Amino acid sequence: MAAHLSYGRVNLNILREAARKELREFLDKCAGSKAIVWDEYLTGPFGLIAQYSLLKEHEVEKMFTLKSGRLPSADVKNIIFFVRPRLELMDIIAENVFRCVYVSCYQTPHCKLVKECYLENDQTSLYHTAKGLMTLQALYGTIPQIYGKGDCARHVANMMLRMKREFAGTQNQILPVFDTLLLLDRNVDLLTPLATQLTYEGLIDEIYGINNGYVKLPPEKFAQKKQGEASKDLPTEPKKLQLNSAEELYAEIRDKNFNAVGAALSKKAKIISAAFEERHNAKTVGEIKQFVSQLPHMQAARSSLANHTSIAELIKDITTSEAFFDNLTVEQEFMTGVDTDKVNTYIEDCIAQKDPLIKILRLVCMQSVCNNGLKQKVLDYYKREILQTYGYEHILTLNNLEKGGLLKPQTSSRNNYPTIRKTLKLWMEDANEQNPNDISYVYSGYAPLSIRLTQVLARPGWRSIEEVLKMLPGPHFEERQQLPSGLHKKRQQGENRTTLVFFLGGVTYAEIAALRFLSQMEDSGMEYIIATTKLVNGTTWIKSLMDRPESQTP
Amino acid sequence: MTKSKADEEDYWNSSKFKAFTFDDEDDELIRLKESRQAVNSIQRLVEEDDDEDDVEKVSWSGEPVGSISWSVKETAASNQRTDREPAFPKIPTDTPSLSKSQSGYSLSSLFKGETGGRNFQSFTDTLSDSSIRLYAPELRKPKSEYKDYVSDWSPEETIQRLQQGKTAPLEKFRSLQDKLLLLDFAVSAHDGNVITAVLIYLKRTLSKEVLFRELESRQTALRHFIHYLTETKDQRLLLELLSLLVIHSYLFTVDFYFFTAKDSAHVQDHYTLLERQIIIEATDRQAERGGKVEIFQKFPRRASILNMPLITTLYYCCFYHYSEPEGTYSSPLNIRQAFKISEKQYFVTALAARAKLKAWLDVDALFTSRNWLGFTRKKSPLSFQRVVDVLQKNSAPTQVLQDYVGLVEDPDMRISLAQKHKCHDIVINTYRDMKDRQQLLGYRGKVGRGSAEERKIDELLNNQQIRWKN
Repeated sequence: MAAHLSYGRVNLNILREAARKELREFLDKCAGSKAIVWDEYLTGPFGLIAQYSLLKEHEVEKMFTLKSGRLPSADVKNIIFFVRPRLELMDIIAENVFRCVYVSCYQTPHCKLVKECYLENDQTSLYHTAKGLMTLQALYGTIPQIYGKGDCARHVANMMLRMKREFAGTQNQILPVFDTLLLLDRNVDLLTPLATQLTYEGLIDEIYGINNGYVKLPPEKFAQKKQGEASKDLPTEPKKLQLNSAEELYAEIRDKNFNAVGAALSKKAKIISAAFEERHNAKTVGEIKQFVSQLPHMQAARSSLANHTSIAELIKDITTSEAFFDNLTVEQEFMTGVDTDKVNTYIEDCIAQKDPLIKILRLVCMQSVCNNGLKQKVLDYYKREILQTYGYEHILTLNNLEKGGLLKPQTSSRNNYPTIRKTLKLWMEDANEQNPNDISYVYSGYAPLSIRLTQVLARPGWRSIEEVLKMLPGPHFEERQQLPSGLHKKRQQGENRTTLVFFLGGVTYAEIAALRFLSQMEDSGMEYIIATTKLVNGTTWIKSLMDRPESQTP
Repeated sequence: MTKSKADEEDYWNSSKFKAFTFDDEDDELIRLKESRQAVNSIQRLVEEDDDEDDVEKVSWSGEPVGSISWSVKETAASNQRTDREPAFPKIPTDTPSLSKSQSGYSLSSLFKGETGGRNFQSFTDTLSDSSIRLYAPELRKPKSEYKDYVSDWSPEETIQRLQQGKTAPLEKFRSLQDKLLLLDFAVSAHDGNVITAVLIYLKRTLSKEVLFRELESRQTALRHFIHYLTETKDQRLLLELLSLLVIHSYLFTVDFYFFTAKDSAHVQDHYTLLERQIIIEATDRQAERGGKVEIFQKFPRRASILNMPLITTLYYCCFYHYSEPEGTYSSPLNIRQAFKISEKQYFVTALAARAKLKAWLDVDALFTSRNWLGFTRKKSPLSFQRVVDVLQKNSAPTQVLQDYVGLVEDPDMRISLAQKHKCHDIVINTYRDMKDRQQLLGYRGKVGRGSAEERKIDELLNNQQIRWKN
């Protein structure tokens, strides 16, 4: 079912199987028939590792959603609650269980790190990250080198080293798969998630939202009409599609700049058409048999092409709109340092037209980040306009954004962003969208700061950018972990090193695409595996920083 | 965005902002079309063979069949169904039967609060131990586990056990000193769950005064505690704690909003606005019910004004209360002054409201200002393109639109707007001003045969005194 996880340097199926085994053994602890009460939030992530059939194999007969009030009756021996460790959920559970029972929470690694860590100063998420990394090392071997940048990175590394010390005496004999671990705080690079992603997958996420590998799309384009049948009523349910690298076409186009997708689809269309045309050439029984055996694969390819052509058309409608163009232009002005110290007219106009609040917040935060904080007058002006237009209750959000460093007043220190931009070459004038030669293609000119740091670490190393690193928030550090003798890797000629990049606080699809690009670059000598606490885009990221987002109009 | 003409030239000609344009835009569209055509043609080929096999099975709710999300919905639904119909209890054949003698561990006994045969504590203990041990061979038994099971752990050891997910009773720590040690060790362990667990214990076993006093000097624990009270909605205690902190000038709160002092102006505005809205809402609802005020009959209110943002409130008042004297709560000018609304915001809002009501004279008055000589001139904090846009959205008649199109500075923009809205005179005059004979000639075909505009064009074309440039 998840065969595509086995390809590539690091067999991710090991991780998936480990999780499945743990789930199975957990379920088997309660002998007999079971009912599971689900925190709805978790059904998605759990779906990534197990289907209902697996649960049924372990005597799960009924499943309910966790909500207030009494559980419906069920004739089972055990009830298991699968919940996130949230206080308010404990109360609901307590409603149903009179005794004071310690409910063992099956820890999922998914956590709202940004809000908890940067706003609420709750470092539990970091602790779980460290634990998760220890588990990873148990499966894939001790990682000999740890690099990091940021306060959270430092905490996680410290916890990892401490945990290792606490269990000294047992040596991990697994041959290490990873050469390096790079821990990066999200707040080292606040700019990248604010920018509109321009890769195919990035745009799908920005516009429609990808959740646990699935996207929900407007159904009109996907209605299938059969010849001879009267056309059915258009479906009203959104079309749900799975997106992962098991789908050949998607694996090819997901990381491309959207402007290059049309060409790729057209090329694929020719190949598929040609393949179907082959049926005219099949004359002998053998040839016909061969053609027929290929049919399922060709049909799958056709279906895949149909889906992605539809998605590309949907996205195209948006990217060719004036609103999209104007928005992107302002983003790029900020990124190149144009007029970041004044009130921006476009933003003003958008507020006056009462455009969605998140769009406004993304832009003003971007301006603030690129200016290292806004002049007090400018900040006050934006704040007043926003509160007057969208409501005073949003002051909580504005405070949260300030706390997170996204929208803040200028302190006395000068704006380092131009220096950072020049030294790290964050803006590349002639970014080639069709045949990229640099990671800046993912934003059509802007190279994500986080990925640049990763790139420079591999070659020529962070020593060469000491000054710039000091301008970015949080400490940077290097740690080494001892490997048992005999486990040091002898590298073959031309063999790549593997780095695990862990983003603490979220990562975007565009950044992932950029890292994949680095892996594929000739003589890069490095392969990257990405881990994160969460996948984000500008919208979901800002939403997570808003207070009580459900009660507010976006 | 309004840029001066020179800026715009630079902008378009510079290579700086390629800004994700399609270099060969037509090419891209063609390619997508090629792909679409290929898809359609292949579809026809395989229609006969095409069944649902390669389409992922998805239920009505959109979930893929067989996934967990789907099955949760399904079993919930089926459970409802079985509840309704009477049926004999079904005993599953491959699982041990639920005879009461075996274990009192059935669901119904849980609900009735009967004591089950099993001990809950030990059951959950085994669960928690194994979940860590499973895939972290490195994290096997730490040294502390080899101690006696008798619980004589120090506060530090207790915290370590809690961190590892093991049980450890807190109740044995009775002295204040021990309790504070627990808290301090929990904080230095950076484990939020443990900190919260300790705080719950302290909340139960310490007086409020002592607890608050100790928390004030422990920033991290204080933050966790506030978070805990917020999540569990313990409003009374939260309010007490926060009042104390206010007295100590840490922060002040209004209805559980957290502000710093510099936000106080916004908070004040919020309250003032709410007060006003209450008054306006009450008055207007009366007037609407009374049936005598015309505007409420013609444009019935769709929603209450309470809790709406300020600008929305302004729009409402510009709509329903525009001509009121400045002294009333609902007068737009009064609101503008009270909340220091910017000229631009006021202008945009008033324009939108009056245009919606098709009150073109009011719209005109917005622009007109008398200078000290008594002459009037039109000025606008908004670009005239925007103005035309707003007016057009509200179906302004051409004569009205014309006036404002004519005020657009940039001739090219003016012409394109005028053509869009069929303001022929403006097009004609602009071409005349630009001395562009060719364009004027071209435009002749677009006006009505024998119309006044046509005659005007002919007049101009025949005018010898004009020095045409082409």
